[in-house]
Amino acid sequence: MQSNPVFSPYVLPLAGTAQCLPESQCLPESSSLENRVPRPPENTASPSRWASLLVGLSMLFASPLLSCSKEAKSVEGTAVAAMTPAAAKPAAAGPRALAVTDTVVTVGQLHSATGTMAISETGSIQAERLAIDQINATGGILGRKIEIIQEDGASDWPTFAEKANKLLVNDKVAAVFGCWTSASRKAVLPVFERENGLLYYPTFYEGLEQSKNVFYTGQEATQQIIAGLDWVTKEKSAKTFFLIGSDYIWPRTSNKIARKHIEKVLKGTVLGEEYYPLGHTQFGSLINKIKLQKPDVVYAIVVGGSNVSFYKQMKAAGITSDKQTLLTISVTEDELLGIGGENMVGFYAAMKYFQSLENDNNKAFVSAFKAKYGEKSVIGDVTQAAYLGPWLWKAAVEKAGSFEVDKVVAASPEIELKTAPEGYVKIHANHHLWSKLRIGQVEEVGQFKVLYESGLIEPNPFPEGYQ
Amino acid sequence: MSSVSELFSIALMQGFNGLSNFSVLLLMALGLAIIFGQMGVINMAHGEFLTLGAYTTYVLSEVSSRWAPWFSGSYFFVALALSFVIAAALGLLIEYLMIRHLYRRPLDSLLATWGLSLILQQAFRSVFGAREVSAKLPDWLMGSLEPTPTIDIPINGLLVMGLTLALTSLVFLGLFRTRWGIRVRATTQNRAMSGAAGINTRRVDRLSFALGCGLAGIAGAAFTTIGSTGPTSGSLYIVDTFLVVVFGGAESLIGTIASAFSIAQAQATTEFFMTGSTAKVLTLLTVILILMLRPEGLFTLKVRR
Repeated sequence: MQSNPVFSPYVLPLAGTAQCLPESQCLPESSSLENRVPRPPENTASPSRWASLLVGLSMLFASPLLSCSKEAKSVEGTAVAAMTPAAAKPAAAGPRALAVTDTVVTVGQLHSATGTMAISETGSIQAERLAIDQINATGGILGRKIEIIQEDGASDWPTFAEKANKLLVNDKVAAVFGCWTSASRKAVLPVFERENGLLYYPTFYEGLEQSKNVFYTGQEATQQIIAGLDWVTKEKSAKTFFLIGSDYIWPRTSNKIARKHIEKVLKGTVLGEEYYPLGHTQFGSLINKIKLQKPDVVYAIVVGGSNVSFYKQMKAAGITSDKQTLLTISVTEDELLGIGGENMVGFYAAMKYFQSLENDNNKAFVSAFKAKYGEKSVIGDVTQAAYLGPWLWKAAVEKAGSFEVDKVVAASPEIELKTAPEGYVKIHANHHLWSKLRIGQVEEVGQFKVLYESGLIEPNPFPEGYQ
Repeated sequence: MSSVSELFSIALMQGFNGLSNFSVLLLMALGLAIIFGQMGVINMAHGEFLTLGAYTTYVLSEVSSRWAPWFSGSYFFVALALSFVIAAALGLLIEYLMIRHLYRRPLDSLLATWGLSLILQQAFRSVFGAREVSAKLPDWLMGSLEPTPTIDIPINGLLVMGLTLALTSLVFLGLFRTRWGIRVRATTQNRAMSGAAGINTRRVDRLSFALGCGLAGIAGAAFTTIGSTGPTSGSLYIVDTFLVVVFGGAESLIGTIASAFSIAQAQATTEFFMTGSTAKVLTLLTVILILMLRPEGLFTLKVRR
């Protein structure tokens, strides 16, 4: 399991379905089943055909679960070269030519603007554009203005790989800001490593990866989990925990780290660890189990549409913050829009950034964001991390005095960003960021009240003793 | 740890939970039981009609909270009715433009409606944005009844249950006690003969399809109390919906009810004793096994073809 990093937060079931379509071999099998029963003549709509079709359909929809574990044989640090056919091409010798003229440098932006993942990636697209506009307004980088070529990954991982190839090979972009799910990052990774590209990846994710060609501006798992559990143990005198997650790699890896920390370090007890399929909508049985076990803390990593069902049903079943402490690492301001602040009031989230942070950097960021995208827009943790990408790249390029990827990568470690909305970040030699952890409490208006802030936490994508 | 009375409360709530799952399954399957069961159209876009109902509720909640605060306690009931009307109207349109050309080609209808579902999803995304939205529901609806301090009965669960009961009875009465019902059943059993007997089968098809879509719209509105409202929310339900209808025996309404009941109870019970994913796998395996033994589903209609 630990060597199986495929999906990170928020993979919704349909995306997986589309991906798995070609490999579903159940349809032919089930039609052989159909042959065993006598087929009524001249009737296209026989129930037996429906039955076999359903078997096929249900397997097709269930296949993301199976295929995810099947397809990702693992990777530590580098990517599976066989993932894209194009990987067979030999690597080019010498530094890659970049689209840099005396006045313009071209960068790529690669997110899902359509499809299931658009729900999450829209914020990242907006934040990266804002950062690039701001950099251009203050003179660009090394005297050059940044131009963006935006490509749409369309929530489909092979498309991500194809578009990454296009951006690096045809457009020769100097850097790419993009991807959201781990699945999309895993799909483009071989391309970036082969073409020696540069990717700034914004999402908090399960860790277990480190590539020369990628900078991870979100938190890896330990940065989000450990300090949060310490806080809840101390503040709420918590001894017993109930871990809940959607059933894929990110929640499972995260809960594994959480369980280790609870049992080994905090000397607490895990009363239950439960996973529900992505897109699950009925949480009644789970809620009854929580009522039966009475944990001090419910630790929830539910994502997507399930997230909304989970919190609405918790509230309707009378599990509210006055009776139960709940800590989550999968609800940001974006998710709260769908859940409704009133359905989650008083519960806690552990993130590195909240829109309500009181510092001057953040106030300027929030007002610039709202001026560009409308007063009603909300900014979640990942959106802020995406905003850091272009700024970190600018700092590295200026330090290196060159756009050349190898030089930018070499210049990156120890680069600080004192203007970050989250306060202060620094690039670690392992390409992740030093960052703080905050605990926010949900307010009815759909924002968080920040209750706690940790010190700077060192990123540790391969935590020993936690796997 | 827990006292006997507490265990009793949990057992009681778990029983309610099973019934509540049953109502959810039945409510979403009801529309499809007509479209798929009675008419034989594989409507992969059924989930999007649910989404349409959910968005109708959301729009109405926004309108009422902005312009008519006095309405915000009761808008939900209007939303239920309006969802039916809007979803049924879209259903009529789709039937006219697309479905009627595909009645004799069920596998083509599968692909065409799958395409339709993608188009509708992207349309929702363009109109309402890619992010999920949340209809502000009246407080009383999101609370729970507490007959004793250890028992909580969710009111939204009761609402879905009541709605399911009412709509199922109406569909039953409609199918078995009205002229329309006779025509639908006659058309299902023998289209050519029904036409010869003077039934306007085109009209029957159109109305049945619209009714099925309208029912999905109501289900969508009701599900805003227990689930998400986003461009792909409806697709979360589509597999279970087909599962229920096919398992029950595509052409039998009683079968749909029986199958919703058995699947919901099996799921709720296994979920209580094991983790959700395992429970789901077990339920699906059981259904597949039973379908291998009885390919026509639990209940079949005995007709000569």
